[in-house]
Amino acid sequence: MSVNSTQRVDFQVIADLVAEGARVLDIGSGDGSLLELLAAERGIDGRGIELSQQGVNECVARGLSVIQGDADHDLVYYPDESFDYVILSQTIQATHNPKIVLKELLRIGRYAIVSFPNFGHWRVRLSLLFGGQMPVTKDLPYSWYDTPNIHFCTLQDFVRLTEEVGAKIERAEALDASGQKIAVSLPWSLWNLFGQQAVFLLRR
Amino acid sequence: MKSSANTVVNAGSEAVTPSSEVARFDETQPLQLDAGVELAPFQIAYCTYGTLNADKSNAILICHALTGDQYCASTHPVTGKPGWWEVLIGPGKPIDTDRYFVICSNVIGGCLGTTGPASPNPATGQPFALDLSVVTIRDMVRAQAMLVDRFGIDQLFSVIGGSMGGMQVLQWASSYPERVFTAVPIATGARHTSQNIAFHEVGRQAIIADPDWRQGRYLEKGTRPSKGLAVARMAAHVTYLSEAALHRKFGRNLQDRDVPSFGFDADFQIESYLRHQGMSFVDRFDANSYLYMTRAMDYFDLAADHDGQLAEAFRGTRTRFCLVSFTSDWLFPTGENRAIVHALNATGASVSFVEIETDKGHDAFLLDEPEMYATISGFLMSAAKARGLAR
Repeated sequence: MSVNSTQRVDFQVIADLVAEGARVLDIGSGDGSLLELLAAERGIDGRGIELSQQGVNECVARGLSVIQGDADHDLVYYPDESFDYVILSQTIQATHNPKIVLKELLRIGRYAIVSFPNFGHWRVRLSLLFGGQMPVTKDLPYSWYDTPNIHFCTLQDFVRLTEEVGAKIERAEALDASGQKIAVSLPWSLWNLFGQQAVFLLRR
Repeated sequence: MKSSANTVVNAGSEAVTPSSEVARFDETQPLQLDAGVELAPFQIAYCTYGTLNADKSNAILICHALTGDQYCASTHPVTGKPGWWEVLIGPGKPIDTDRYFVICSNVIGGCLGTTGPASPNPATGQPFALDLSVVTIRDMVRAQAMLVDRFGIDQLFSVIGGSMGGMQVLQWASSYPERVFTAVPIATGARHTSQNIAFHEVGRQAIIADPDWRQGRYLEKGTRPSKGLAVARMAAHVTYLSEAALHRKFGRNLQDRDVPSFGFDADFQIESYLRHQGMSFVDRFDANSYLYMTRAMDYFDLAADHDGQLAEAFRGTRTRFCLVSFTSDWLFPTGENRAIVHALNATGASVSFVEIETDKGHDAFLLDEPEMYATISGFLMSAAKARGLAR
Protein backbone atom coordinates (compact mmCIF):
# COMPACT_ATOMS: atom_id res chain seq x y z
CA MET A 1 0.00 0.00 0.00
CA SER A 2 1.37 3.37 -0.98
CA VAL A 3 -0.54 5.64 1.34
CA ASN A 4 -1.25 5.37 5.04
CA SER A 5 -4.40 3.29 5.52
CA THR A 6 -5.75 5.39 8.37
CA GLN A 7 -6.23 8.23 5.90
CA ARG A 8 -8.26 6.34 3.35
CA VAL A 9 -11.00 8.92 3.12
CA ASP A 10 -11.56 7.87 -0.50
CA PHE A 11 -13.01 4.46 0.44
CA GLN A 12 -16.55 5.64 1.17
CA VAL A 13 -16.61 7.74 -1.98
CA ILE A 14 -15.53 4.70 -3.99
CA ALA A 15 -18.14 2.51 -2.32
CA ASP A 16 -20.84 5.00 -3.36
CA LEU A 17 -19.80 4.57 -7.01
CA VAL A 18 -20.07 0.75 -7.03
CA ALA A 19 -23.35 -0.94 -7.92
CA GLU A 20 -24.89 -3.62 -5.74
CA GLY A 21 -23.63 -7.18 -6.33
CA ALA A 22 -21.00 -6.14 -8.88
CA ARG A 23 -17.87 -8.08 -9.79
CA VAL A 24 -14.94 -6.02 -8.57
CA LEU A 25 -11.17 -6.24 -8.95
CA ASP A 26 -9.31 -4.11 -6.41
CA ILE A 27 -5.72 -3.46 -7.41
CA GLY A 28 -3.52 -2.55 -4.47
CA SER A 29 -5.83 -4.16 -1.92
CA GLY A 30 -3.54 -3.38 1.01
CA ASP A 31 -4.90 -5.15 4.08
CA GLY A 32 -8.24 -5.75 2.36
CA SER A 33 -10.20 -2.92 4.03
CA LEU A 34 -11.80 -1.67 0.81
CA LEU A 35 -12.81 -5.17 -0.34
CA GLU A 36 -14.35 -5.83 3.06
CA LEU A 37 -16.20 -2.50 2.99
CA LEU A 38 -17.52 -3.24 -0.51
CA ALA A 39 -18.57 -6.75 0.47
CA ALA A 40 -20.39 -5.44 3.54
CA GLU A 41 -22.06 -2.42 1.92
CA ARG A 42 -22.49 -3.50 -1.68
CA GLY A 43 -22.45 -7.31 -1.54
CA ILE A 44 -19.81 -7.46 -4.25
CA ASP A 45 -18.00 -10.51 -5.65
CA GLY A 46 -14.51 -9.18 -4.99
CA ARG A 47 -10.97 -10.09 -6.02
CA GLY A 48 -7.76 -8.33 -5.17
CA ILE A 49 -4.16 -7.88 -6.24
CA GLU A 50 -1.62 -6.68 -3.70
CA LEU A 51 2.12 -6.17 -3.98
CA SER A 52 3.24 -6.70 -0.40
CA GLN A 53 3.46 -10.24 0.91
CA GLN A 54 2.27 -9.14 4.32
CA GLY A 55 -0.78 -7.45 2.81
CA VAL A 56 -1.70 -10.51 0.75
CA ASN A 57 -1.29 -12.85 3.69
CA GLU A 58 -3.51 -10.62 5.84
CA CYS A 59 -6.18 -10.49 3.14
CA VAL A 60 -6.23 -14.25 2.55
CA ALA A 61 -6.27 -14.96 6.28
CA ARG A 62 -9.35 -12.68 6.39
CA GLY A 63 -10.98 -14.84 3.75
CA LEU A 64 -10.58 -12.48 0.79
CA SER A 65 -9.63 -13.67 -2.71
CA VAL A 66 -6.36 -11.84 -3.13
CA ILE A 67 -3.26 -12.70 -5.11
CA GLN A 68 0.25 -11.35 -4.91
CA GLY A 69 1.08 -9.24 -7.92
CA ASP A 70 1.14 -5.71 -9.26
CA ALA A 71 -0.67 -3.46 -11.70
CA ASP A 72 2.29 -3.26 -14.09
CA HIS A 73 2.72 -7.02 -14.63
CA ASP A 74 -0.39 -8.99 -13.74
CA LEU A 75 -3.32 -7.26 -15.45
CA VAL A 76 -2.44 -8.73 -18.83
CA TYR A 77 -3.69 -12.17 -17.69
CA TYR A 78 -7.30 -11.02 -17.19
CA PRO A 79 -9.73 -11.31 -20.10
CA ASP A 80 -11.59 -8.31 -21.54
CA GLU A 81 -14.53 -7.06 -19.47
CA SER A 82 -14.03 -9.74 -16.82
CA PHE A 83 -15.15 -7.33 -14.08
CA ASP A 84 -17.82 -4.68 -13.68
CA TYR A 85 -15.41 -2.40 -11.84
CA VAL A 86 -11.65 -2.34 -11.63
CA ILE A 87 -10.46 -0.15 -8.78
CA LEU A 88 -7.04 1.41 -8.53
CA SER A 89 -7.09 3.33 -5.28
CA GLN A 90 -4.08 5.43 -4.32
CA THR A 91 -1.85 3.24 -6.44
CA ILE A 92 -1.54 4.75 -9.92
CA GLN A 93 1.21 7.07 -8.71
CA ALA A 94 3.23 3.99 -7.69
CA THR A 95 3.00 2.20 -11.06
CA HIS A 96 5.83 2.15 -13.60
CA ASN A 97 3.62 2.89 -16.56
CA PRO A 98 0.40 4.65 -15.53
CA LYS A 99 -0.80 5.06 -19.11
CA ILE A 100 -0.63 1.33 -19.92
CA VAL A 101 -2.13 0.50 -16.53
CA LEU A 102 -5.06 2.84 -17.17
CA LYS A 103 -5.67 1.26 -20.59
CA GLU A 104 -5.61 -2.19 -18.96
CA LEU A 105 -8.16 -1.09 -16.34
CA LEU A 106 -10.50 0.06 -19.08
CA ARG A 107 -10.03 -3.21 -20.98
CA ILE A 108 -10.66 -5.52 -17.99
CA GLY A 109 -13.49 -3.57 -16.40
CA ARG A 110 -16.69 -2.07 -17.73
CA TYR A 111 -15.82 0.78 -15.39
CA ALA A 112 -12.55 1.88 -13.88
CA ILE A 113 -12.36 3.74 -10.59
CA VAL A 114 -9.11 5.58 -9.96
CA SER A 115 -8.28 7.56 -6.86
CA PHE A 116 -5.01 9.35 -6.23
CA PRO A 117 -3.43 12.07 -4.12
CA ASN A 118 -3.52 15.38 -6.01
CA PHE A 119 -0.06 16.81 -6.44
CA GLY A 120 -1.61 20.10 -7.52
CA HIS A 121 -3.07 20.79 -4.05
CA TRP A 122 -2.20 24.25 -2.68
CA ARG A 123 -0.20 22.82 0.25
CA VAL A 124 2.01 20.90 -2.15
CA ARG A 125 2.42 23.97 -4.32
CA LEU A 126 3.26 26.20 -1.34
CA SER A 127 5.71 23.69 0.04
CA LEU A 128 7.60 23.57 -3.22
CA LEU A 129 7.32 27.33 -3.80
CA PHE A 130 8.47 28.50 -0.38
CA GLY A 131 10.21 25.46 1.08
CA GLY A 132 12.08 24.66 -2.10
CA GLN A 133 11.88 20.97 -1.22
CA MET A 134 9.73 18.06 -2.38
CA PRO A 135 6.70 18.18 -0.11
CA VAL A 136 6.17 15.74 2.74
CA THR A 137 2.59 16.02 4.00
CA LYS A 138 0.16 13.92 6.02
CA ASP A 139 -1.16 12.38 2.77
CA LEU A 140 2.25 12.07 1.16
CA PRO A 141 4.47 11.06 4.06
CA TYR A 142 7.54 9.86 2.13
CA SER A 143 10.81 11.63 1.32
CA TRP A 144 11.69 11.82 -2.38
CA TYR A 145 14.41 9.17 -2.08
CA ASP A 146 12.36 6.43 -0.44
CA THR A 147 8.91 7.01 -1.87
CA PRO A 148 7.12 4.23 -3.77
CA ASN A 149 5.23 7.05 -5.49
CA ILE A 150 7.24 7.49 -8.67
CA HIS A 151 4.58 9.02 -10.93
CA PHE A 152 2.80 11.83 -9.13
CA CYS A 153 0.27 13.80 -11.07
CA THR A 154 -2.09 16.65 -10.51
CA LEU A 155 -5.80 16.43 -11.07
CA GLN A 156 -5.45 18.27 -14.37
CA ASP A 157 -2.61 15.99 -15.47
CA PHE A 158 -4.87 12.99 -14.89
CA VAL A 159 -7.75 14.51 -16.84
CA ARG A 160 -5.34 14.95 -19.76
CA LEU A 161 -4.32 11.28 -19.51
CA THR A 162 -7.94 10.13 -19.62
CA GLU A 163 -8.35 12.15 -22.84
CA GLU A 164 -5.23 10.60 -24.28
CA VAL A 165 -6.42 7.02 -23.70
CA GLY A 166 -9.92 7.90 -24.88
CA ALA A 167 -11.67 7.32 -21.54
CA LYS A 168 -14.96 8.99 -20.69
CA ILE A 169 -15.22 10.58 -17.25
CA GLU A 170 -18.55 9.39 -15.88
CA ARG A 171 -18.04 11.07 -12.53
CA ALA A 172 -15.26 12.88 -10.73
CA GLU A 173 -14.95 13.87 -7.10
CA ALA A 174 -12.37 16.03 -5.40
CA LEU A 175 -11.99 15.52 -1.67
CA ASP A 176 -10.63 17.91 0.91
CA ALA A 177 -8.36 16.89 3.76
CA SER A 178 -11.24 15.44 5.80
CA GLY A 179 -12.61 13.46 2.89
CA GLN A 180 -15.52 15.84 2.22
CA LYS A 181 -16.49 16.27 -1.40
CA ILE A 182 -15.76 19.67 -2.84
CA ALA A 183 -18.72 21.37 -4.55
CA VAL A 184 -19.26 20.09 -8.05
CA SER A 185 -19.80 23.44 -9.73
CA LEU A 186 -16.21 24.56 -9.38
CA PRO A 187 -13.97 24.50 -12.48
CA TRP A 188 -11.11 21.91 -12.79
CA SER A 189 -8.51 24.58 -11.95
CA LEU A 190 -10.05 25.23 -8.54
CA TRP A 191 -10.53 21.49 -7.83
CA ASN A 192 -6.91 21.10 -8.72
CA LEU A 193 -5.98 23.71 -6.13
CA PHE A 194 -8.20 22.59 -3.26
CA GLY A 195 -8.73 18.87 -3.81
CA GLN A 196 -6.35 16.86 -1.67
CA GLN A 197 -7.49 13.64 -3.28
CA ALA A 198 -9.42 12.83 -6.44
CA VAL A 199 -11.71 9.93 -7.34
CA PHE A 200 -12.64 9.27 -10.98
CA LEU A 201 -15.23 6.90 -12.42
CA LEU A 202 -14.19 6.13 -16.00
CA ARG A 203 -15.38 4.04 -18.90
CA ARG A 204 -14.11 3.30 -22.37
CA MET B 1 4.68 -62.98 -2.68
CA LYS B 2 3.92 -65.66 -0.15
CA SER B 3 7.19 -67.57 -0.22
CA SER B 4 9.27 -64.40 0.10
CA ALA B 5 7.06 -62.56 2.54
CA ASN B 6 9.33 -63.12 5.52
CA THR B 7 12.36 -61.71 3.71
CA VAL B 8 10.51 -58.45 3.20
CA VAL B 9 10.63 -55.88 5.98
CA ASN B 10 7.52 -54.19 7.29
CA ALA B 11 7.03 -51.97 4.27
CA GLY B 12 6.33 -55.13 2.27
CA SER B 13 3.53 -56.42 4.47
CA GLU B 14 2.07 -52.92 4.83
CA ALA B 15 1.95 -52.89 1.03
CA VAL B 16 -0.48 -55.81 1.00
CA THR B 17 -2.23 -55.77 4.37
CA PRO B 18 -2.01 -52.24 5.70
CA SER B 19 -2.72 -51.17 9.27
CA SER B 20 -5.21 -48.59 8.00
CA GLU B 21 -8.70 -49.00 6.55
CA VAL B 22 -8.94 -50.57 3.10
CA ALA B 23 -11.60 -50.14 0.42
CA ARG B 24 -11.69 -53.09 -2.00
CA PHE B 25 -12.94 -52.86 -5.57
CA ASP B 26 -13.68 -56.12 -7.38
CA GLU B 27 -13.71 -57.07 -11.07
CA THR B 28 -17.03 -55.29 -11.56
CA GLN B 29 -15.51 -51.93 -10.55
CA PRO B 30 -12.28 -51.64 -12.52
CA LEU B 31 -10.06 -48.56 -12.41
CA GLN B 32 -9.60 -47.08 -15.89
CA LEU B 33 -5.96 -46.20 -16.35
CA ASP B 34 -4.61 -43.56 -18.74
CA ALA B 35 -2.36 -46.28 -20.18
CA GLY B 36 -5.52 -47.64 -21.80
CA VAL B 37 -6.00 -50.67 -19.58
CA GLU B 38 -8.22 -51.51 -16.65
CA LEU B 39 -6.98 -52.41 -13.19
CA ALA B 40 -9.20 -54.89 -11.33
CA PRO B 41 -9.45 -55.94 -8.66
CA PHE B 42 -7.67 -53.22 -6.72
CA GLN B 43 -7.69 -51.73 -3.25
CA ILE B 44 -7.27 -48.30 -1.68
CA ALA B 45 -5.79 -47.93 1.80
CA TYR B 46 -6.97 -44.83 3.64
CA CYS B 47 -7.33 -43.08 6.99
CA THR B 48 -10.12 -40.79 8.14
CA TYR B 49 -10.25 -38.24 10.94
CA GLY B 50 -13.25 -36.40 12.38
CA THR B 51 -16.91 -37.05 11.59
CA LEU B 52 -18.82 -36.76 8.33
CA ASN B 53 -21.82 -34.48 8.89
CA ALA B 54 -25.41 -35.41 8.01
CA ASP B 55 -25.48 -33.74 4.58
CA LYS B 56 -21.93 -34.90 3.83
CA SER B 57 -20.70 -31.39 3.10
CA ASN B 58 -17.71 -31.18 5.46
CA ALA B 59 -15.29 -33.65 3.83
CA ILE B 60 -11.71 -32.66 3.05
CA LEU B 61 -9.52 -34.88 0.91
CA ILE B 62 -5.79 -34.68 1.67
CA CYS B 63 -3.52 -35.69 -1.22
CA HIS B 64 -0.05 -36.89 -0.30
CA ALA B 65 3.28 -36.16 -1.96
CA LEU B 66 5.76 -38.49 -3.70
CA THR B 67 6.83 -40.50 -0.67
CA GLY B 68 3.85 -39.69 1.55
CA ASP B 69 1.05 -41.99 2.62
CA GLN B 70 -2.41 -42.10 4.16
CA TYR B 71 -1.07 -41.55 7.69
CA CYS B 72 -1.24 -37.74 7.44
CA ALA B 73 -2.38 -37.27 11.03
CA SER B 74 -1.65 -40.58 12.72
CA THR B 75 1.43 -42.57 13.66
CA HIS B 76 3.26 -44.23 10.77
CA PRO B 77 3.02 -48.03 11.17
CA VAL B 78 6.61 -48.66 10.01
CA THR B 79 8.57 -45.72 11.40
CA GLY B 80 6.44 -44.98 14.46
CA LYS B 81 6.76 -41.27 13.64
CA PRO B 82 3.86 -38.78 13.86
CA GLY B 83 1.72 -38.21 10.77
CA TRP B 84 3.44 -36.20 8.03
CA TRP B 85 0.94 -33.31 8.29
CA GLU B 86 0.07 -33.56 11.96
CA VAL B 87 1.16 -29.92 12.37
CA LEU B 88 -1.74 -28.93 10.13
CA ILE B 89 -4.45 -31.55 10.72
CA GLY B 90 -6.13 -32.30 14.04
CA PRO B 91 -8.57 -30.96 16.63
CA GLY B 92 -8.32 -27.15 16.75
CA LYS B 93 -5.66 -27.08 14.03
CA PRO B 94 -6.00 -25.19 10.69
CA ILE B 95 -7.57 -28.30 9.16
CA ASP B 96 -9.77 -28.78 12.19
CA THR B 97 -10.95 -32.38 12.65
CA ASP B 98 -13.54 -31.17 15.17
CA ARG B 99 -15.14 -29.45 12.24
CA TYR B 100 -14.15 -31.30 9.09
CA PHE B 101 -14.14 -34.95 8.03
CA VAL B 102 -10.64 -35.61 6.68
CA ILE B 103 -9.91 -38.44 4.23
CA CYS B 104 -6.38 -39.32 3.17
CA SER B 105 -5.66 -42.29 0.91
CA ASN B 106 -2.49 -43.91 -0.33
CA VAL B 107 -2.24 -43.24 -4.09
CA ILE B 108 -2.49 -45.90 -6.79
CA GLY B 109 1.02 -47.22 -7.40
CA GLY B 110 1.94 -46.56 -3.75
CA CYS B 111 3.36 -49.04 -1.27
CA LEU B 112 1.39 -48.54 1.96
CA GLY B 113 -1.64 -50.66 1.12
CA THR B 114 -3.15 -49.27 -2.08
CA THR B 115 -2.56 -51.43 -5.13
CA GLY B 116 0.95 -50.85 -6.46
CA PRO B 117 3.94 -52.74 -7.84
CA ALA B 118 4.42 -54.66 -4.56
CA SER B 119 0.82 -55.92 -4.59
CA PRO B 120 0.18 -59.47 -5.80
CA ASN B 121 -0.71 -59.76 -9.47
CA PRO B 122 -3.91 -61.89 -9.55
CA ALA B 123 -2.73 -63.47 -12.80
CA THR B 124 0.48 -64.89 -11.31
CA GLY B 125 0.19 -64.67 -7.54
CA GLN B 126 3.55 -62.91 -7.59
CA PRO B 127 4.07 -59.18 -6.99
CA PHE B 128 3.23 -57.04 -10.03
CA ALA B 129 6.67 -55.45 -10.06
CA LEU B 130 6.87 -53.75 -13.47
CA ASP B 131 3.86 -55.65 -14.85
CA LEU B 132 1.64 -52.97 -13.34
CA SER B 133 0.75 -50.31 -15.93
CA VAL B 134 2.47 -46.98 -15.44
CA VAL B 135 0.01 -44.81 -13.51
CA THR B 136 -0.63 -41.09 -13.87
CA ILE B 137 -1.77 -38.31 -11.55
CA ARG B 138 -5.16 -38.58 -13.25
CA ASP B 139 -5.30 -42.31 -12.44
CA MET B 140 -4.61 -41.50 -8.79
CA VAL B 141 -7.43 -38.96 -8.79
CA ARG B 142 -9.83 -41.32 -10.57
CA ALA B 143 -9.21 -43.91 -7.86
CA GLN B 144 -9.73 -41.30 -5.12
CA ALA B 145 -13.04 -40.32 -6.71
CA MET B 146 -14.16 -43.96 -6.46
CA LEU B 147 -13.24 -43.94 -2.77
CA VAL B 148 -15.11 -40.67 -2.21
CA ASP B 149 -18.14 -42.28 -3.91
CA ARG B 150 -18.01 -45.07 -1.34
CA PHE B 151 -18.67 -42.47 1.36
CA GLY B 152 -21.62 -41.13 -0.65
CA ILE B 153 -19.97 -37.71 -0.82
CA ASP B 154 -21.04 -35.70 -3.88
CA GLN B 155 -18.89 -32.66 -3.28
CA LEU B 156 -15.72 -32.37 -1.25
CA PHE B 157 -15.53 -29.21 0.82
CA SER B 158 -11.84 -29.05 -0.02
CA VAL B 159 -9.03 -30.94 -1.72
CA ILE B 160 -5.65 -30.03 -0.26
CA GLY B 161 -2.10 -31.17 -0.99
CA GLY B 162 1.49 -30.14 -1.60
CA SER B 163 3.96 -31.05 -4.34
CA MET B 164 2.67 -34.25 -6.03
CA GLY B 165 -0.37 -33.81 -3.76
CA GLY B 166 -0.83 -30.36 -5.29
CA MET B 167 -0.82 -31.91 -8.76
CA GLN B 168 -3.67 -34.19 -7.65
CA VAL B 169 -5.54 -31.14 -6.30
CA LEU B 170 -5.23 -29.43 -9.70
CA GLN B 171 -6.33 -32.62 -11.47
CA TRP B 172 -9.35 -32.92 -9.15
CA ALA B 173 -10.36 -29.32 -9.85
CA SER B 174 -9.98 -29.90 -13.57
CA SER B 175 -11.56 -33.39 -13.84
CA TYR B 176 -14.37 -32.95 -11.31
CA PRO B 177 -14.98 -29.19 -10.93
CA GLU B 178 -18.49 -29.65 -9.51
CA ARG B 179 -17.16 -32.05 -6.85
CA VAL B 180 -14.58 -29.60 -5.47
CA PHE B 181 -15.87 -26.60 -3.47
CA THR B 182 -12.37 -25.35 -2.63
CA ALA B 183 -8.92 -26.41 -3.81
CA VAL B 184 -5.62 -25.73 -2.05
CA PRO B 185 -2.62 -26.67 -4.22
CA ILE B 186 0.62 -25.94 -2.36
CA ALA B 187 4.21 -25.74 -3.66
CA THR B 188 3.29 -27.39 -6.94
CA GLY B 189 3.06 -26.92 -10.67
CA ALA B 190 0.69 -27.65 -13.53
CA ARG B 191 3.52 -29.67 -15.10
CA HIS B 192 6.78 -31.28 -14.16
CA THR B 193 9.66 -29.22 -15.55
CA SER B 194 12.59 -30.64 -17.49
CA GLN B 195 14.86 -30.09 -14.47
CA ASN B 196 12.43 -31.98 -12.23
CA ILE B 197 12.26 -34.89 -14.69
CA ALA B 198 16.06 -34.88 -14.78
CA PHE B 199 16.36 -35.31 -11.01
CA HIS B 200 13.79 -38.09 -11.06
CA GLU B 201 15.70 -39.88 -13.80
CA VAL B 202 18.87 -39.79 -11.67
CA GLY B 203 16.91 -41.48 -8.87
CA ARG B 204 15.39 -44.12 -11.12
CA GLN B 205 18.72 -44.99 -12.69
CA ALA B 206 20.26 -45.38 -9.23
CA ILE B 207 17.58 -47.95 -8.38
CA ILE B 208 17.80 -49.78 -11.70
CA ALA B 209 21.62 -49.91 -11.49
CA ASP B 210 21.47 -51.69 -8.13
CA PRO B 211 22.15 -55.43 -8.83
CA ASP B 212 19.66 -56.28 -6.09
CA TRP B 213 16.88 -54.66 -8.10
CA ARG B 214 16.76 -57.84 -10.28
CA GLN B 215 14.77 -56.32 -13.16
CA GLY B 216 12.20 -55.28 -10.58
CA ARG B 217 11.68 -58.86 -9.30
CA TYR B 218 13.56 -58.34 -6.02
CA LEU B 219 10.61 -59.28 -3.79
CA GLU B 220 10.48 -62.83 -5.18
CA LYS B 221 14.26 -63.11 -5.21
CA GLY B 222 14.46 -62.08 -1.58
CA THR B 223 16.74 -59.07 -2.20
CA ARG B 224 16.15 -55.34 -1.87
CA PRO B 225 17.79 -52.61 -3.94
CA SER B 226 18.42 -50.60 -0.79
CA LYS B 227 21.60 -48.92 -2.00
CA GLY B 228 20.00 -47.69 -5.19
CA LEU B 229 16.88 -46.48 -3.43
CA ALA B 230 18.97 -44.72 -0.78
CA VAL B 231 21.00 -42.89 -3.44
CA ALA B 232 17.75 -41.91 -5.19
CA ARG B 233 16.47 -40.50 -1.91
CA MET B 234 19.71 -38.64 -1.22
CA ALA B 235 19.67 -36.90 -4.60
CA ALA B 236 15.98 -36.05 -4.29
CA HIS B 237 16.35 -34.84 -0.72
CA VAL B 238 18.80 -32.13 -1.81
CA THR B 239 16.11 -30.76 -4.14
CA TYR B 240 13.68 -30.47 -1.22
CA LEU B 241 15.98 -28.12 0.70
CA SER B 242 17.72 -24.87 -0.15
CA GLU B 243 21.34 -23.81 -0.21
CA ALA B 244 20.67 -21.26 2.53
CA ALA B 245 19.03 -23.83 4.82
CA LEU B 246 21.75 -26.41 4.21
CA HIS B 247 24.40 -23.85 5.01
CA ARG B 248 22.56 -22.68 8.11
CA LYS B 249 22.14 -26.24 9.39
CA PHE B 250 25.43 -27.86 8.39
CA GLY B 251 27.79 -25.31 6.91
CA ARG B 252 31.11 -27.04 6.22
CA ASN B 253 31.08 -28.66 9.65
CA LEU B 254 32.86 -31.99 10.03
CA GLN B 255 31.09 -35.05 11.44
CA ASP B 256 32.59 -36.64 14.58
CA ARG B 257 36.12 -35.50 13.71
CA ASP B 258 38.33 -32.45 13.91
CA VAL B 259 40.20 -32.86 10.65
CA PRO B 260 39.28 -34.35 7.25
CA SER B 261 40.04 -38.08 6.91
CA PHE B 262 41.62 -37.81 3.47
CA GLY B 263 39.31 -40.65 2.52
CA PHE B 264 35.70 -41.09 1.47
CA ASP B 265 33.97 -41.49 4.80
CA ALA B 266 31.21 -39.07 5.65
CA ASP B 267 33.62 -36.31 6.69
CA PHE B 268 31.04 -33.55 6.47
CA GLN B 269 27.87 -33.33 8.51
CA ILE B 270 25.82 -32.86 5.35
CA GLU B 271 27.13 -36.19 4.01
CA SER B 272 26.25 -37.97 7.22
CA TYR B 273 22.80 -36.36 7.21
CA LEU B 274 22.09 -37.38 3.62
CA ARG B 275 23.28 -40.96 4.22
CA HIS B 276 20.94 -41.14 7.18
CA GLN B 277 18.06 -39.79 5.06
CA GLY B 278 18.77 -42.42 2.41
CA MET B 279 19.11 -45.34 4.80
CA SER B 280 15.99 -44.58 6.83
CA PHE B 281 13.94 -44.12 3.66
CA VAL B 282 14.52 -47.67 2.41
CA ASP B 283 12.86 -49.09 5.53
CA ARG B 284 9.56 -47.48 4.69
CA PHE B 285 9.43 -47.32 0.92
CA ASP B 286 9.34 -49.75 -1.98
CA ALA B 287 11.85 -49.18 -4.79
CA ASN B 288 9.47 -50.05 -7.62
CA SER B 289 6.84 -47.79 -6.12
CA TYR B 290 9.43 -45.00 -6.25
CA LEU B 291 9.80 -45.64 -9.99
CA TYR B 292 6.04 -45.45 -10.49
CA MET B 293 5.51 -42.31 -8.36
CA THR B 294 8.30 -40.37 -10.05
CA ARG B 295 6.98 -41.42 -13.48
CA ALA B 296 3.48 -40.22 -12.61
CA MET B 297 4.85 -36.79 -11.70
CA ASP B 298 6.99 -36.64 -14.85
CA TYR B 299 3.99 -37.35 -17.07
CA PHE B 300 1.89 -34.61 -15.44
CA ASP B 301 1.20 -31.68 -17.76
CA LEU B 302 -2.29 -30.31 -17.26
CA ALA B 303 -2.02 -27.77 -20.09
CA ALA B 304 -0.94 -30.46 -22.58
CA ASP B 305 -4.26 -32.21 -21.96
CA HIS B 306 -5.96 -29.02 -23.15
CA ASP B 307 -4.07 -28.10 -26.33
CA GLY B 308 -1.42 -26.26 -24.35
CA GLN B 309 -3.92 -23.84 -22.80
CA LEU B 310 -3.78 -24.22 -19.03
CA ALA B 311 -6.76 -21.89 -18.59
CA GLU B 312 -8.87 -24.39 -20.58
CA ALA B 313 -8.26 -26.95 -17.81
CA PHE B 314 -10.31 -24.72 -15.49
CA ARG B 315 -12.82 -23.07 -17.86
CA GLY B 316 -16.05 -22.11 -16.10
CA THR B 317 -14.84 -23.38 -12.74
CA ARG B 318 -16.71 -22.28 -9.63
CA THR B 319 -14.17 -23.81 -7.29
CA ARG B 320 -12.44 -21.36 -4.92
CA PHE B 321 -8.68 -21.73 -5.14
CA CYS B 322 -5.96 -20.86 -2.66
CA LEU B 323 -2.37 -21.36 -3.80
CA VAL B 324 0.73 -21.19 -1.62
CA SER B 325 4.37 -21.09 -2.71
CA PHE B 326 7.65 -20.63 -0.86
CA THR B 327 10.42 -18.20 -1.80
CA SER B 328 13.29 -20.71 -1.50
CA ASP B 329 11.53 -23.60 -3.28
CA TRP B 330 13.56 -24.32 -6.43
CA LEU B 331 11.76 -27.58 -7.25
CA PHE B 332 8.39 -25.85 -7.69
CA PRO B 333 9.42 -22.20 -7.67
CA THR B 334 6.90 -19.41 -7.25
CA GLY B 335 6.83 -18.89 -11.03
CA GLU B 336 5.35 -22.37 -11.59
CA ASN B 337 2.66 -21.65 -9.00
CA ARG B 338 2.02 -18.20 -10.40
CA ALA B 339 1.46 -19.68 -13.87
CA ILE B 340 -1.51 -21.55 -12.38
CA VAL B 341 -2.77 -18.31 -10.78
CA HIS B 342 -2.58 -16.52 -14.13
CA ALA B 343 -4.48 -19.33 -15.85
CA LEU B 344 -7.15 -19.16 -13.16
CA ASN B 345 -7.32 -15.36 -13.52
CA ALA B 346 -7.90 -15.84 -17.23
CA THR B 347 -10.96 -17.98 -16.48
CA GLY B 348 -12.28 -15.49 -13.92
CA ALA B 349 -11.91 -18.04 -11.12
CA SER B 350 -11.90 -17.06 -7.46
CA VAL B 351 -8.27 -17.38 -6.49
CA SER B 352 -6.01 -16.41 -3.62
CA PHE B 353 -2.26 -16.69 -3.85
CA VAL B 354 0.31 -16.31 -1.12
CA GLU B 355 4.08 -16.56 -1.46
CA ILE B 356 5.66 -17.29 1.90
CA GLU B 357 9.17 -16.12 2.71
CA THR B 358 11.30 -18.93 4.10
CA ASP B 359 14.72 -20.50 3.55
CA LYS B 360 13.38 -24.03 4.09
CA GLY B 361 12.96 -24.81 0.39
CA HIS B 362 10.34 -27.14 -1.09
CA ASP B 363 10.01 -29.07 2.19
CA ALA B 364 8.57 -25.92 3.83
CA PHE B 365 5.04 -27.17 3.07
CA LEU B 366 5.61 -30.03 5.54
CA LEU B 367 7.17 -27.87 8.23
CA ASP B 368 6.10 -25.43 10.90
CA GLU B 369 5.17 -22.39 8.77
CA PRO B 370 2.78 -20.12 10.73
CA GLU B 371 2.02 -18.00 7.65
CA MET B 372 0.85 -21.12 5.82
CA TYR B 373 -1.36 -22.08 8.78
CA ALA B 374 -2.93 -18.59 8.89
CA THR B 375 -3.50 -18.65 5.14
CA ILE B 376 -5.13 -22.08 5.07
CA SER B 377 -7.25 -21.56 8.16
CA GLY B 378 -8.44 -18.10 7.05
CA PHE B 379 -9.25 -19.38 3.57
CA LEU B 380 -11.11 -22.46 4.85
CA MET B 381 -12.96 -20.43 7.48
CA SER B 382 -14.39 -18.01 4.95
CA ALA B 383 -15.21 -20.84 2.51
CA ALA B 384 -16.96 -22.75 5.31
CA LYS B 385 -19.17 -19.71 5.86
CA ALA B 386 -20.01 -19.61 2.16
CA ARG B 387 -20.73 -23.37 2.18
CA GLY B 388 -23.05 -22.98 5.17
CA LEU B 389 -20.90 -25.11 7.48
CA ALA B 390 -21.97 -23.80 10.87
CA ARG B 391 -19.45 -23.92 13.67
